[in-house]
Formats: sequence, structure tokens, C-alpha cells
Amino acid sequence: MVEFTLPKNSKPTKGKTYPAPSGATNVKRFDVYRFDPDSGANPRIDSYDVDLNTCGPMVLDALLKIKDEVDQTLALRRSCREGICGSCSMNIDGGNTLACLKPIEECKGAVKVYPLPHMPVIKDLVPDLTHVYAQYESIEPWMKNDTQPPSSGERLQSPEEREKLDGLWECILCFCCTTSCPSYWWNGDRYLGPAILLQAARWINDSRDEATGERLDNLEDPFRLYRCHTIMNCTNTCPKGLNPAKAIADIKMKMVERAG
Amino acid sequence: MSNAAKPAARPLSPHLQVYRLPLAAWLSITHRITGIGLAIGTVLLVYWLASAAFGPAAYATASAFLGSPIGLFFLAGFSAALFYHLCNGIRHLFWDMGKNFEIKQTTVANWIVLLGTVVLTAGTWAFTLLGRG
Repeated sequence: MVEFTLPKNSKPTKGKTYPAPSGATNVKRFDVYRFDPDSGANPRIDSYDVDLNTCGPMVLDALLKIKDEVDQTLALRRSCREGICGSCSMNIDGGNTLACLKPIEECKGAVKVYPLPHMPVIKDLVPDLTHVYAQYESIEPWMKNDTQPPSSGERLQSPEEREKLDGLWECILCFCCTTSCPSYWWNGDRYLGPAILLQAARWINDSRDEATGERLDNLEDPFRLYRCHTIMNCTNTCPKGLNPAKAIADIKMKMVERAG
Repeated sequence: MSNAAKPAARPLSPHLQVYRLPLAAWLSITHRITGIGLAIGTVLLVYWLASAAFGPAAYATASAFLGSPIGLFFLAGFSAALFYHLCNGIRHLFWDMGKNFEIKQTTVANWIVLLGTVVLTAGTWAFTLLGRG
């Protein structure tokens, strides 16, 4: 359902301010969303003044510096710090991206850091991804075949067939796109969202997969697929430069083509 | 099951409150709003046509209302909504054919739609008002 405002228990309050160490000359403010599940209090926005002269260039560097040196209670997901694991996806400066790929200098004024939008928050910058993972499972993201593989052991693809997976296989499931989508915000209980539909397209377009019809049947639904209204937030925000909106359009066209 | 106290209900992270919507998203919601505007404008159109069927007096009243500043304001909004919905609708046809999905293309199309709306609306009104003499 469309609800423009946040529920009462979700409205952030003003939190603490942590000043930069004395003598810092190149100070940048980070306004970070905090939620402590044990306190029962509403989320709050804490402000941290960070000396950029002793900090790495990316927003993730600053967040880890805060966690290491200022406030160890700050919770966030991170792993590879080079844009391939998809863990540190969050809302930075009004857009969803990976903290490890977002240069601090791209942010004008205070850097505003929030968890991925319109998600249940477990703690601070850590959203609950249970539902999107369940949706991922629902598209059965694995190779499905009725026939036996050839005796040589491998199902081969031509270079052209393999090319159809380019722009799809690179997705790292960070869910920046899904949580940027207003349609997903309002109908996320039933709409699969751009990340999952891009994954669905990845299997529909795989020449080795034999369940294409079944996969399309599963998506032939007013909500699962057709809540996409080409708002384009997904493609505009993808930190890997992929195009979920186009992948969804391709699925829609395949629906039409098979209907004849 | 553990005996730990049930944790507080999870808050919902901010969405519209913090998301800086790209231009394409604003145009998308405008498409919806102008669609609703067109439905209301059609009621206005039906009122004017029906007044003609009811007789000269009713028609004169309706024409006077539509020709008044308030009426003209509504008609201007109606025409702008129509041209916006038309231009953006044509873009949706391209999208439905799987075209125009690259970010650069959508950026260009954003401005074509906006420019097209302004030119068509202004042109229509210039033509109408000049024709009235």
C-alpha cells in the first residue's frame, strides 16, 4: 500500500554529535542513521565529524573509521571493499549505492547515510533482507533441465548465446535497485522488484536452461512482473551500471511474443 | 525457544523522506497525475457538450464559465496535461518495444517530453487566443 509517511516507531530523532579530534583541518560531517533494537527507542541520526586527512577516500572508509575510532556500536555489513560482494549497499546522499564505491568528495555538504530505503531495520545500517531472499528463491535461480547433458559432460553455448547473459550475470544482489523502486516500496509484498526480475531474465535468457516457459508462467501475474512502470530508479541507481528496467522490458516482450 | 524478551518491532527505513528522485521518476509520477487530470478535464468537456444539448441559456452559462479566468485556467491545465500525457505516452510506446532504456537516452527523452509539452501547449493557446482576435 502507498504510505508516504513513516510509521510512528520509525521516525528518526536527532541523536548525538561526535566532534572531530582537536587539530583536524579537513573535517566532513557524516549524518548516520542509527537504530538500537535493545533500547526500544526510535531510530536517531547521529552526527560524526571526521578528519578526511586521516581517512580513506570512500564512504565505507569513513564509516569503518567511525566504527574503529569513535563509536564501536555502529553496525553495518561490509566485506570485500571493492564493489563485488554487494554487502555495503545503503542510501548515501539520497541515492542507493555501495559505500565502498562512493567517493566522499562526490557528496556535497554533510554525508547522509541511511539503510536501504523502505526495509525493516535490524540495527543501524543493517536491513532485514529475508523477504527479498525468499523472492529470489521463488524464481528458482538454478539451471533446470529435463534432458541429460551430452556425454562429453558439458552443455555448450555459442558465443552469441553466451552474449545474451551479459549485463545480467554481473548482478551482485546488493538490492540497491529493488529498494530504490517506488513500486517495490508500495507493493513489495507481491511485486518481485528489479533485482529479482533481472535474475529471472538471467535464467530465461540462458540457452542451456529448459524451463523457460515455466519461468514465464511463474511471472505472468499482475503483481510479480507488471508492477514495473518504468520509473527507471533501478537503472539510475545500479552501482554496477546494469539495466534492470531493460531486463524487465525484455521479459514483458517475451510474454507478448509467446502469446503470438 | 529462548526466554529473551521479544525485541521491539523493526522500524521501517526512510524512503521518500531521504531518496533524491531522479528527473525520470518525477516525470513518471507526473504521468499518473496528468492521467487523473485528464479524467477530471473530460468531465469539464462533457459539461460543456451537455450544456449545448440543454439549450441556449445553459450553453451561454457554460461558455461564460469556461471563458472566465478560472475556466481558462482549468482549460490551460487540461491542455497541458493532455500534451504531457501524449508526449510521455509516446515514450512509453518506445519502452514497450524494449527501446530507449539506456540512461543517456532516457535523459534526452526526459527533456524532449518536457519541451514537447511546453511547445504544444503554448502553441495551442497562442493559436486559439490569436484566432479569437
